[in-house]
Amino acid sequence: MKAKKLGRFSLLAVSLLIVSGCSSDSSSVSIEVPDIPMHQELGAFEGELNIVNWSGFVEPAWTDKFTADTGCKVKPRVAGTSDEMVTLMRTGQYDIVSASGDAALRLIVGGDVQPLNLDLIPNFSDDIAPGMKGNIYDTVNNKPYGVPIGRGANLLQYNDDVTKGAPPSWDVVWELDTPYKGKITAYDAPIYIADAAVYLMYHNPELGIKNPYALDQKQLDAAISLLKQQNQIIGEYWSDVFAQIGSFTGGNTVVGTSWEILRKFAAKDNIKTTLPIEGSTGWFDSWLVSSKTKNVNCAYAWMDYTSKADVNGAIAMNFGMAPANIAFCKTSAKAQAHCDEYFAEDEEFFKRIWPWTTPIETCVDGRKDVKCTSFQEWTNAWATVKG
Amino acid sequence: MSTIKNYKATRPVSSYLIKHSRVRLVGLLALPILWIVGVYILSLFLLLITAFWFVDPFTSLVRPGFTLESFNLLFTTPAYIATSIRTLFIAICVTIICILFAVPLGIYMAKVASSRVRNLLAVAITLPLWAGYLVKLIAMRLVFSEQGFFNWALAPIGIKGPGFSVPIVILTLTYLWFPYMALPVFTAIRQIPSNLFDASSDLGAKGFMTIYRIVLPLIVPAIIAGSVFTFSLSLGDYLAARFTGGKTQMIGSIIASNINLNPPIAAAFSMVPISFVVIYLVVARRTGSLERM
Repeated sequence: MKAKKLGRFSLLAVSLLIVSGCSSDSSSVSIEVPDIPMHQELGAFEGELNIVNWSGFVEPAWTDKFTADTGCKVKPRVAGTSDEMVTLMRTGQYDIVSASGDAALRLIVGGDVQPLNLDLIPNFSDDIAPGMKGNIYDTVNNKPYGVPIGRGANLLQYNDDVTKGAPPSWDVVWELDTPYKGKITAYDAPIYIADAAVYLMYHNPELGIKNPYALDQKQLDAAISLLKQQNQIIGEYWSDVFAQIGSFTGGNTVVGTSWEILRKFAAKDNIKTTLPIEGSTGWFDSWLVSSKTKNVNCAYAWMDYTSKADVNGAIAMNFGMAPANIAFCKTSAKAQAHCDEYFAEDEEFFKRIWPWTTPIETCVDGRKDVKCTSFQEWTNAWATVKG
Repeated sequence: MSTIKNYKATRPVSSYLIKHSRVRLVGLLALPILWIVGVYILSLFLLLITAFWFVDPFTSLVRPGFTLESFNLLFTTPAYIATSIRTLFIAICVTIICILFAVPLGIYMAKVASSRVRNLLAVAITLPLWAGYLVKLIAMRLVFSEQGFFNWALAPIGIKGPGFSVPIVILTLTYLWFPYMALPVFTAIRQIPSNLFDASSDLGAKGFMTIYRIVLPLIVPAIIAGSVFTFSLSLGDYLAARFTGGKTQMIGSIIASNINLNPPIAAAFSMVPISFVVIYLVVARRTGSLERM
C-alpha cells in the first residue's frame, strides 16, 4: 500500500514535469489562413450589435449600460454548442461570437472572422490572465483574432459517498477494471477525443502525443480505441447540463467529466470535483468578430467594455467560470471568493489544462513531417465510438 | 325570370364558380396543395439533397455538388449499421408491445366493460396525450433513475432495474405512443357486431378461438393503422434515447449530433427511417391490409 502510494507520488512529480509548458505556444506554428484586413481606426457607432453567445454571457444587467454609452443596441442569440455557433456565424448575420477554442480556430481558418487591432481595445491590458493570451486557438501566425472572456476546466466529478475520496487518476473512467462500470459519464462531442489523448499522453508516451489537438492518424486511432473501450463501461454521454446534474444527484452516475459550475448546481456535499494527475482539457472563451460584420465599431466597443474588470467579472460570475480580467478578483471579498473557487489567478492550475482547440491538418504542436487529423475526421471518428 | 336575375346579382362568385369547374377545383385545393408542395415536400427535398453535397475537410464548410461519400460512410461504418439495426429493433419491439397491450384492452373495453368503466378507461388511455412530450420523458427518466421510484419500490423483493438502456427506451416509447395503437384497435373491436360472437360460440368456439378466428382478422387494418404511428414515430425519435437510454444511440441521435457538424451525413441518415417506413408500407400493401383501412 505504502509502495503504491509512493509510486503515485512519483507519478505526480513526473506529471508536473510533463504538463508544465502545457499552454500551446502559437508562435512556432504557421497556419494558412485567408487574408482578411484588420480594422484600422474606430469610427462612428453603427447603432446595433448582433451577438452569438453562450447562455448567460449577454444580460441586461450589463448590456443596458453599454447601449446607453454607445447607442449600440444589443441583439443576443444564444447557442447551445460550439458547432451551432460556427453554423450561425457562417450565415453572416452576426457581428460577434463568444467562441470556445474548438470553434475559434475553425472560424479563423474558414475566413469567417477577422484579425483584431488590440490598440483599439485599451482594456485588453496586463490585467488579462497571462494564460489566456496568445494561445493557438485565437492567435494565428502572431495575429490576434480573439479577446478573452473567461475559462473553465473539464474536471473529474465524483460521488464521494461511493468513491470514498478523490480518484487520483482519470483511469476510473477509461479502464475496463474500473469499480464504477455503468456509472460513468463523458462529454458528448467530438472534442472529447482530446480527453482520451490527454490520458494517452501520460500513460502511453510511446505514442508521442505532444498536444492532444495535434493527432496524426496513428494517434487518433489510439484515442478512438481508448474511447471504444470506454464505451463498454460507460453509463451515459451528456450534452444537456441538467441531465448530467440529475444523473449525479440521482445516483446513476458516480464519476465523469464535469465543470465546476455543474458541481455547484448539483448542490450536494458528496458531489465533488478534482483535477487528476494526467491534467485535463478546458474551454477558453473569446470574442471573435465576423469578417462580414457591418457593425465593426460597435463590436470593438463591446470587446473593450466587456474586458473591464467589473463587467468581465459580472459575466464570469453569472456563467460560473474564471474571469479573463483578474483585476476583478481584487474588487471585493465576494469577487475574490469567486476567483478562488474557479482558480482564476492560479496559472499553475491552468498550466495543467489543455484549452479546447479545433484540430486542423496543420499540426498545432509544430510537427511538419506528418499531416494531422482535421476536425472533420474527428467528427467521423467520434460517430464510430458510440455505436 | 326576375328571381334568377336577382340571384345572379347577389351571388356573383357562386354563379361564376358553378360555370367554371376548373376554377372551382383550384379554389378548393389551392391551400392544401400550397402546403404540401411548398412547405412539406420542398423543405424535405432541400434537406435530402444535401446528402449528396461535399464537406470541406479543412473548414467543415458544406459545398453543393454531387458525391455518394455520405452514403458510402453510411453503409461501411459498423457503428452506423449497428445503430440502424438497433433503431429498427426498438421500433419493432415498441409496436409489438403496443399490440399485445391494445388487443386485450380493446376487447375488454368494447365488449365486456360497463359504459362507466369504458369511459374511465378511454380517459385513462388518452390522458398521457394531454401532457407535453418532454414532460413525459422527464417523468420516465425520474421514475427509472437509480434512486427513482421503481428501484425503491422493487428493492424489498430484490429486483433492480437495468438502469438507462435499450429496454427502458422501449418502455418509454411504448408509453409515449400507446394511445395511437389503443384507440384505433378499440374503435375497430367496437364495430364488430355482437352477433358474430354469439354465432362463434354457437358453433362451439371458446374465447381464444373466437379472438383468433373472428376478432383478429377483423381488426388487422386497425392494427396496421396504429402500427404505422408506433413504428414510424419510434424510428424518428431521439430524445427518448437521450434521456432514458444512457449510452443508447438511435438513428435520430446520429442525425441530431451531425446536423451542425456534418449536414450531408445527417441528410443521408434521414433517408434510412424513410426507407424503413416505405418498405413497411409496401409489405402492408402486399398483404392487402391497406385497402381495408
